[in-house]
Amino acid sequence: MLLKKNAKLVLEDGSIFYGYSFAASKSISGEVVFSTGMVGYPESLTDPSYKGQILCLTYPLIGNYGVPSNETDKHGLPKYFESYKIHIQGLVISDYSFNYSHWNAKKSLAEWLKEYNIPGIFGVDTRELTKKLRESGTMLGKIIINDKDVRFYDPNKEDLVKKVTTKKPILYDSIKKLKKSISTKIKDFRDTKNPKDFLVDNNSIIKKINKIKAKKIVLIDCGVKYNIIRCLLKRNLTVILVPYDYDFFKFDFDGILISNGPGDPKICEKTIKNIKKAIDKEIPIFGICLGNQILALAAGADTYKLKYGHRSQNQPCVMEGTKRCFITTQNHGFAVDTESLPKGWEPWFTNANDGTNEGIRHKTKPFMSEQFHSEATPGPVDTEFLFDEFVEMIKKWKR
Amino acid sequence: MQTSKGMADKIYFLPVTPYFVEQVIKKEKPDGIMLAFGGQTALNCGVELYDKGILKRYDVEVLGTQVQTIKDTEDRNLFIKRLTEINVNVAESKAVNSIKEGIKVAKKIKYPVMARVAYALGGRGSGIADNEKELKEILTKAFSYSNQILVEKYLGGWKEVEYEVVRDSYDNCITVCNMENLDPMGIHTGESIVVAPSQTLTNAEYHKLREIAIRVIRHLGIVGECNIQYALDPESEDYKVIEVNARLSRSSALASKATGYPLAFIAAKLALGYSLTELENSITKTTKACFEPALDYIVIKIPRWDLEKFKKVSFQIGSEMKSVGEVMAIGRNFEEVLQKALRMLGVGLHGLVCNSIKTNDNLNSELKNPTDKRILAIAQALEKSYSINKIYSLSKIDKWFLYKIKNIVDTEKELKKHNIKNIPKELLKLAKQQGFSDFQIARRLFKNKDHEDNLLKVRNLRKKHNILPYVKQVDTLAAEYPAKTNYLYLTYNGSRDDIKFDNENSAIVLGSGAYRIGSSVEFDWCCVNAVLSLKDLKYKTIMINYNPETVSTDYDVCDRLYFEEMTFERVLDIYEKENPNGIVVSMGGQIPNNLAMRLHKQKVKILGTSPLNIDNAEDRHKFSKLCDELNIDQPEWIEATTIKAAEEFANRVQYPVLIRPSYVLSGAAMSVAFNKKDLDRYLQKATEVSKEHPVVISKFITNAKEIEIDLVAYKGKTLIYAISEHVENAGVHSGDATMVLPPQFTYIETIRRIKDIAKKLAAALEITGPFNIQFIAKANEIKVIECNLRASRSFPFVSKVTKYNFIDIATKAMLDIVKKERYNTLDLDYVGVKAPQFSFSRLHGADPILSVEMASTGEVACLGKNINEAFLKSLLSVGFKIPKKNVLLSTGPVKSKAYLLESAKQLRKMNFNLYATKGTHDFLKRNGVDTKVLFWPLEKKEPNTLTYLKERKIDLTINIPKNFEEEELENDYLIRRRSVDFNIPLLTNPQNTKLFIESISKLKMKDLKIKDWEGYE
Repeated sequence: MLLKKNAKLVLEDGSIFYGYSFAASKSISGEVVFSTGMVGYPESLTDPSYKGQILCLTYPLIGNYGVPSNETDKHGLPKYFESYKIHIQGLVISDYSFNYSHWNAKKSLAEWLKEYNIPGIFGVDTRELTKKLRESGTMLGKIIINDKDVRFYDPNKEDLVKKVTTKKPILYDSIKKLKKSISTKIKDFRDTKNPKDFLVDNNSIIKKINKIKAKKIVLIDCGVKYNIIRCLLKRNLTVILVPYDYDFFKFDFDGILISNGPGDPKICEKTIKNIKKAIDKEIPIFGICLGNQILALAAGADTYKLKYGHRSQNQPCVMEGTKRCFITTQNHGFAVDTESLPKGWEPWFTNANDGTNEGIRHKTKPFMSEQFHSEATPGPVDTEFLFDEFVEMIKKWKR
Repeated sequence: MQTSKGMADKIYFLPVTPYFVEQVIKKEKPDGIMLAFGGQTALNCGVELYDKGILKRYDVEVLGTQVQTIKDTEDRNLFIKRLTEINVNVAESKAVNSIKEGIKVAKKIKYPVMARVAYALGGRGSGIADNEKELKEILTKAFSYSNQILVEKYLGGWKEVEYEVVRDSYDNCITVCNMENLDPMGIHTGESIVVAPSQTLTNAEYHKLREIAIRVIRHLGIVGECNIQYALDPESEDYKVIEVNARLSRSSALASKATGYPLAFIAAKLALGYSLTELENSITKTTKACFEPALDYIVIKIPRWDLEKFKKVSFQIGSEMKSVGEVMAIGRNFEEVLQKALRMLGVGLHGLVCNSIKTNDNLNSELKNPTDKRILAIAQALEKSYSINKIYSLSKIDKWFLYKIKNIVDTEKELKKHNIKNIPKELLKLAKQQGFSDFQIARRLFKNKDHEDNLLKVRNLRKKHNILPYVKQVDTLAAEYPAKTNYLYLTYNGSRDDIKFDNENSAIVLGSGAYRIGSSVEFDWCCVNAVLSLKDLKYKTIMINYNPETVSTDYDVCDRLYFEEMTFERVLDIYEKENPNGIVVSMGGQIPNNLAMRLHKQKVKILGTSPLNIDNAEDRHKFSKLCDELNIDQPEWIEATTIKAAEEFANRVQYPVLIRPSYVLSGAAMSVAFNKKDLDRYLQKATEVSKEHPVVISKFITNAKEIEIDLVAYKGKTLIYAISEHVENAGVHSGDATMVLPPQFTYIETIRRIKDIAKKLAAALEITGPFNIQFIAKANEIKVIECNLRASRSFPFVSKVTKYNFIDIATKAMLDIVKKERYNTLDLDYVGVKAPQFSFSRLHGADPILSVEMASTGEVACLGKNINEAFLKSLLSVGFKIPKKNVLLSTGPVKSKAYLLESAKQLRKMNFNLYATKGTHDFLKRNGVDTKVLFWPLEKKEPNTLTYLKERKIDLTINIPKNFEEEELENDYLIRRRSVDFNIPLLTNPQNTKLFIESISKLKMKDLKIKDWEGYE
């Protein structure tokens, strides 16, 4: 197929990478980041943590196995995606597979991107781009298609979490009886396909929920990846997914999970405040990724922006005080400053490559968090056992 | 390389068998032993040592994975039991101990079934059966290798995926690499085209299999490295574990090169008790070994077969390994790596398309029942407008691969529409990005056949358009961290070089390419030693090679490793970027040697002997003229362009005659014609090999000795030489011959003459560097039959036996560093013997005889006090067993019958039971040796030779090919083949046989001295 180069990626330092447009014909801008994971583009592209970012995949052959269907599971969660839509601003790759092949593919990557009006360019020397980002740090950039220029846009100045968090609480539970008793009339606000369990701020519903005997987790949605919900449900937990700035103390619950999400944790002031309160109340807390940073901030520690972040599926994390090392999947641009941890707190995991913090925990109280993604998707599932530890922690902790 | 000076404190050139290893243990009293690094041979040997209590007796600890774990992985029933314990799916199968039991199991799990041999190298004896009859056949053969055969459900058409897993003793466990076979289940992974990382697996599939891999390896308790293979349903996430190799394998070597993660190095450290977090990533030097490489490129491996080399062999590929080597290509899209790798194979392909090689006419059958040429058949089918669906349904190759292959075919079609004047820049760029060579493009843009000129025109055009390849690093982390890596490849799918080029003194060494018959580790040893010598002289060393099995492609051997093609185009690309002081073409065998003249014409500086003189030696006319001038004798020859001329020549000099193409590569298409019929048949075969070069026919001299000399010269003066003689008479390819150094039976006068001829040639060709001459000697008459101005296959052998590094001397000479030293290579107090290793048992149907065509796939060398000791040790090293009781004799023509009479008497004296075919029996009886007659195979009467072989009543078969009448041939062939199939030692050469019998009559096992290399002085 003979094509003319009709697209380019322009970085804020003026460098230009030429390529071919293969998705939506729309110029956009955002923060340019790279991920070195070799599989899992349907999962990555729907990860809300990428909000505002132009994603460069360093693995050069992309689109090989197409994109799976939107089908949902019994909880109303899409089977193959990490949220209800694509979150990236744009996609930059080297080699695009126009023809895909997989038993569960329903469409091509290009078709899927077009559906969400997201541009994609291929034919870019993604290794060269990655080296540039590695050397000068993450940069702003724009994908220009057919010379239609746009302005640079810095997503970090925005409250990105607000854009991806659920607008209202949702209940995820497998108890059939309950489902019937809770109204299903309310229209879904996330997806055209209804999640089967959801709720609003309705006192009678809250009362009903509080009666549920199963262990209940408040999952603070800063841009949650659906697999976190799946991992909790798999462990017979009832999940109350709440907006990031929601006052969830009106629920009776057993533990809090602060989800992953995009951007600078310091912007999530309300969340930090709520977590401070939870710490005071000694409610078991587990944080993932952004959740790690929010827990650290709530504990009184500091966070900072990494030069170019960790976005990959092969980050080695050593559990402090042991020779055990776990291969983890990661997607973050900010990190916890280990030095700033207040008394009573300790680093839990540390990155074997660059020594940055990969998790913290309280020495005596039930607070722990990880900078990586135990829920994986995409990436290795080696640390999924941390969800078990969370469950154990809840069970053991007597308030 | 492993047996090179400095690699270990002590090196023993001894067979890796329990007997000899025990002797070494007894002598050296080691604390530990590592079993996982020497492939199946070492593993089996280690398990046996353990079972016999030898390791315990001498208090030797097994380092790394323990023997019980090895057994859990090797014994099928144990394996299934262990995996079922952790709910892992294993292919439905059962280990059986008899044919009857096998058939019963097959009925239960339903045909098609696969029969596999436990503990087998390269899947030997395995096969797929569609019905009872086929299964019976396979099982009969398989039970000759093993007492336990696995009958399992055949999962043909499923995807085949493997993971390389590393685990330390702290339970840290990582998967370094996964790989996907392009050829689905049913074709041995060693026979498959493989890509890394997997291309058609989703995140869910990739990580499901990864998680299982880790679970299995933890459960089994492996410490170090291992490999796990899966079958994955192409229609769901269903999977089956096929096997776990609790050792480093061929795949591990590939995975190491594919990722830059040094698996063997790390595994050794882990076996010593280190944890993964303590070891550093040797590529980045800043990060840790406990991580999983992220690739930002794709790697492809294609096996190299040499099936044409064998008589009667089946070309089909399947569950048994037949390939003799492999190549690996790195690039940034599939099209690019596929075309690169096909060129690397060195079988005359220019890529996937634009070739003159033809495949099977029956495309459907080729796609369904693959031979070594299936990949070409796919391209052809696409050219003939087969749909992707049709090709898929025949081949079961995932459509993703087929779509990508189609891209190449489509681009070729596009190229055909243009010429050099009107080709759009975009098309030229696309073609280069899809791995088209300048030659391929030229072939489609030009009508004329001036290939060299045309490809240079394409080269110039693309340079004008700034279409250039860029150098990228393999850094294990996809550029996430700065890496100090010198492991490089070139791609057109990039816009900038990763590295900078400086003006340091530097030299490029061209490697040896794929292992194949005729070129194996020997040349790699030469290349590595050349690099080491250059380093010694403070040169920056640049290596180009593409064989993942070599040491020269270890990135820590040289300063810069280009894992790249060794085509004229690519070498020139690298030369232009690096601008070195020169290129060494004389170490990697014939491939780099053939480039000398072409590079020279482009003003590339070649180190050592001038390319003009290389050409003078390679070109038969020029060389012959030179010999005439120097008064050096050669067998009579002509260059024939017509069959008629060939016949006339043969009639004049009288048959037999030797036929070969003018540029010789491991005797490709070499043959002996004994009559006109042979001549006509061979000529057709030879002309297919090379159209550019006419066929050379020479007088074939029989009953003569063959002698070789390896030398190094400087400006025409010999610095060092070593003379070796062949045990076998002339007529056996030098690569298949048993070589003896120093010569034991050669006249001093002959040696003097050989030295004299070498001196003359060195001076006349102004040689600087390594060279090798082969002679035929009959009485004291000496003829030159071959002269190569490069290192030969025997350079490592002569270097190791004489303890002088010939390559070091040669490399330094090329850079004008010459020591004034006298080397003693003739008067040694010990003898070195080099013996060939054959793989006939895995080549279905191949006739296991020695001829002018090389057939061996490896070699061994052993030292001894005398020729008998060294010879016996080397035969034991290639798997020969000393016969206990029964020997079958069929000693060929009268001449060899007489020649072996004494040997037969010796056997009788040693109380062997002798069996013989009729003629041999009669002959021996007349001469007072009793034998029992066995009928020829085709006589179909009992007691038949075949029955005796099948029932293992024979410990050694001696079968000397008789004449070339068809019936006789068939009989002999059946005996030889049956012996090989039933793993019975076979001797087919009279000289070899005689020496063997003499040796076993003089020496018992206990007489074979356990002495390390240094011990021989």
